Amino acid sequence: MDRVKIEVMHMNERYEKLLFKPGHTACAGCPIPIIVRTVLNTLGKNTIVAFGTSCLEIISSQYPYNAWGVPAMHSAFENTAAIASGIEAAQKKLGNKVNVVAFAGDGGTFDIGLQALSGMVDRGHNVLYVVYDNESYANTGIQRSSATPFGAWTTTSPVGKKIHGNKTFKKPLALMMAAQGAKYVATASISNLPDFKRKVQRAAEIEGPKFIHVLNPCPTGWKFDSSLTVDVAKLSVETGLWVLFEIDHGKFRITYKPKEFKPVRDYLMLQRRFKHLTDEEINKIQERVKEDWSMYEGLEGVKI
Amino acid sequence: MEDDLKKEVEKKVPNAGGFMIPGTSLLNKTGSWRTFKPIVTDKCTGCGICATYCPENAIEIKEVDGKRRAVIDYDYCKGCLICMNVCPFKAIKKVIE
Repeated sequence: MDRVKIEVMHMNERYEKLLFKPGHTACAGCPIPIIVRTVLNTLGKNTIVAFGTSCLEIISSQYPYNAWGVPAMHSAFENTAAIASGIEAAQKKLGNKVNVVAFAGDGGTFDIGLQALSGMVDRGHNVLYVVYDNESYANTGIQRSSATPFGAWTTTSPVGKKIHGNKTFKKPLALMMAAQGAKYVATASISNLPDFKRKVQRAAEIEGPKFIHVLNPCPTGWKFDSSLTVDVAKLSVETGLWVLFEIDHGKFRITYKPKEFKPVRDYLMLQRRFKHLTDEEINKIQERVKEDWSMYEGLEGVKI
Repeated sequence: MEDDLKKEVEKKVPNAGGFMIPGTSLLNKTGSWRTFKPIVTDKCTGCGICATYCPENAIEIKEVDGKRRAVIDYDYCKGCLICMNVCPFKAIKKVIE
């Protein structure tokens, strides 16, 4: 083992220090590595990662390669949070002080892993759960999940005469977790990395279950050019579709408010998954943004 | 190299189907995926914004001829061109591979 390790590591000195290494098989332009790296760099080397079946699993540990620079454990689709809970409980028993982080996609969190996540929050494990939300089951070929926004094309919410893309709005999972009593809940975006880092930092200081929801623009599933990843993330925030907030011990606070909201059309028309939308449907989404913001602004300073 | 790696792992963990030695993804040179190649021009100031956004971690800010600038590792660059788009100085241009 040492021989191979030495050969690998000697390829480049710089790469030795990285906690998530190049050579992973993410699609070009995929921001998952940016999210993972931001979280790991903020927490440092003293971290154990648990992750479920998701895009992250196949990009980071495709046989015979492994991109992790920290101990990582993979489990089945639905039990990311259960595995993280187990790691945390074992480390606590052993008297080790380590950060335990769970990564999962939106399919493995919003739908399949919700029960395990809810259990983790219920038992109060000291775990930071990060969900990177690409708004579909991107790994298996873009199927609809309950994080898929209204109107979006996926293979299971196709565009035709009767159905015009996804019919439902996104599940407000961050608010659900706050309602359940997670100590720290936040949403983040890769277009605002200082804000994201600060939230991870704050989460690391808090003892108890923590939940961070990051929007993850997926060039493959959302159908935009791979170079536009950061622009799409930025537009999602600037149009008000993606609200950056944190709920620290139940206290709600919006961390970034755009000075002037851009029309949602700017964001939607950048992605081919929305290109079939009619003016009426776009207006419906615009209305929803207004409603959401009036709700979130009403929550400002409120104890949830 | 890949075969060596598999053998080493099999010795260590019989029938290992899942996890591998950490950091072995470095053997997987994803540079061959590229259609467009980003080239750093002299306008680069070495601010490092591209390096924070590069999904491959393939950009390093280094001193080159006494000037700080971005250096791209083409072994791993997949040519997504995020760097070109986030650069505030328009210092990265693309050429077809």
